[in-house]
Amino acid sequence: MKPFKSHRGIAAPLPKSNINTDLIVPARYLTRARKEGFDDALFADLRSEADGTADPNFVLNQPPFDAATILVTGDNFGCGSSREHAVWSLADYGFRVVIAPSFADIFHGNSLQNGLLVIPTPQATVNELCTKMSETPGTEITVDLDSQTVVCGNLSYTFDIDPYRKECLLNGLSETADTLRRLTEIKTFEGRHGKSHPWLTAPN
Amino acid sequence: MGKTIFEKIWAENSVMERPDGATLLFVDRHIVHDATSQGFDKMEAEGHSLRRPDLTFGLADHYVATGNSAAQRKPNFDQMVNRLEAESKRWGFDSFGPGKSKQGIVHVAGPELGITLPGCVLVCGDSHTATHGALGALAFGIGASEIAHVLATQTIWQRKPKQMRVTIDGTLDQNVTAKDLILALIGKIGAGGGTGHVIEYAGSAIRGLSMEGRLTVCNMSIEAGARTGMIAPDETTISYLEGRDYAPRGDVWDRAVAHWRTLISDDDAVFDCEVSMHSSEIAPMVTWGTSPMDVLPITGAVPAPSIADNDDERKRIAHALDYMGLTAGMQLTDIAIDRAFIGSCTNGRIEDLRAAATIAKGRKAQVPAFVTPGSGQVKAQAEAEGLDRIFTDAGFEWTDPGCSMCVAMNGDLVPPGERCASSSNRNFEGRQGRGSRTHLLSPAMAAAAAVTGHLADVRKL
Ligand code: SF4
Repeated sequence: MKPFKSHRGIAAPLPKSNINTDLIVPARYLTRARKEGFDDALFADLRSEADGTADPNFVLNQPPFDAATILVTGDNFGCGSSREHAVWSLADYGFRVVIAPSFADIFHGNSLQNGLLVIPTPQATVNELCTKMSETPGTEITVDLDSQTVVCGNLSYTFDIDPYRKECLLNGLSETADTLRRLTEIKTFEGRHGKSHPWLTAPN
Repeated sequence: MGKTIFEKIWAENSVMERPDGATLLFVDRHIVHDATSQGFDKMEAEGHSLRRPDLTFGLADHYVATGNSAAQRKPNFDQMVNRLEAESKRWGFDSFGPGKSKQGIVHVAGPELGITLPGCVLVCGDSHTATHGALGALAFGIGASEIAHVLATQTIWQRKPKQMRVTIDGTLDQNVTAKDLILALIGKIGAGGGTGHVIEYAGSAIRGLSMEGRLTVCNMSIEAGARTGMIAPDETTISYLEGRDYAPRGDVWDRAVAHWRTLISDDDAVFDCEVSMHSSEIAPMVTWGTSPMDVLPITGAVPAPSIADNDDERKRIAHALDYMGLTAGMQLTDIAIDRAFIGSCTNGRIEDLRAAATIAKGRKAQVPAFVTPGSGQVKAQAEAEGLDRIFTDAGFEWTDPGCSMCVAMNGDLVPPGERCASSSNRNFEGRQGRGSRTHLLSPAMAAAAAVTGHLADVRKL
């Protein structure tokens, strides 16, 4: 995983609630292997019209937002299907940070496992950020993970993050390798669980 | 203080805790399907191998050809299906692909094969994994990175979610189904109403549901934003499981049943949040918008954006009406449809097909209508009961089992601008194909729409 320490970049506003993962990456892209990349799949049906031409009204088609690396959006972002492709498409497109009042649970977990920092932020602050972005397109936001702060001009705030995820993100660590270091504990548990719940550990 | 079912299972499966408060849960059942190959990619890329093939099960569903629109199929769909087969051979886990009698949608076939058991922690790379909670399992959907983690370790790190209890009392009227119940609940608490929570469904209306109905209810927990849904195991659960392929037998069965009977929330258990509803609030429901919470009784009319109490919501409703091609004030029963789809992990079980067949019998479909059984076993059972004949006589197409038009990943899709009455679970923009318009409803209501050509009140047929 690509480490995340701090990031400064242009923010794009997409102030809509309940943006689901079908919208972030439509199902037709899902047969791709991870290494082929998903940048073109991001918001595919919002970015272009049915005939494939770019929709000029969509924020990511408008400069300077086309160079955005931070997305500021509405609550319950990433709801719906558990497809991790949604995170890959945001990351492959170039986004490093998503700021929203709330994130759907599965999306939230998927993001942090892929080096995409999601920052739950009160609605009022999100509104302020959006106002700044529309008044001054190209407004940059600075995010520092170590100090857990977001700075945008004269506005700054701190955010919460699970300390373990923070550690993994800062160091680009894979959780699986970390868990396998605890294999002895897992095996001990399996032995005990097998005795108390034989119907679970030895299916017919 | 007493414990909830959720807390009991959580404690039984906790391997250890991390200083940050995350718990390492042992995974008793991991189901992989044909759209989870990227999890295997990631496991291998990190140099790991499958730890517990005996606790891993494969079911092909998303990309399986179901026989409707062969014209839309692409070779990479078969690659996805074949890839699952190849992984199962390579690592040595049981897997059921197309044409096998045990194949089916993970959330239909898993419980049906007895892979899902009360009290087990079950995960699958699909958000509707909540379905399995209907048997009293702790079941949730995971992403590709987590799939790789489970494949390599048979465990998953989780933070304890909050708990919500939804109590629904009363008896559902005839032609009011589990689907109507869950749609009504989502309408009440909203698409984000359960975010961060595990929902336990309780009350006499839930107890009175068959296992099929309970699976339908838990299936859509995710549409209310919940991490998962659960129902305490009882006699319905135990008799449903007895004799199923992977269910325990003999002495082990007896021990299991004795344990399952303890999986109830204690009287003094505390939930973070309680919601209650009465069955009398529930009628046959249908969605009019692009979120499952955009739902009303079929007797209603399309709402105006002005019903919303804030600007964002007014905009959202206006946009949804525009996308759906509807005008405020229109009676729901006046909405003409172009297609009907009966199937999916929400409503592709035998009871669902029976309910739809009752309506289809002796009538004629006015629009193209597909009936896609949720599994090979459902299909065989339906054919044994003659349901396939009832459907084909009524002009419905009877297909092979799979996800099909629920997600439009196998080539079966709703063409742009067309309107589909669908027994599935998501009416998002583009869900059934680009530009598709979806109305969610129960299987009987979908059949009623098919035979009348418009959304219709099943009670009036
Ligand atoms: S039937 Fe639909 S919702 Fe269910 S697993 Fe398949 S695609 Fe997902």
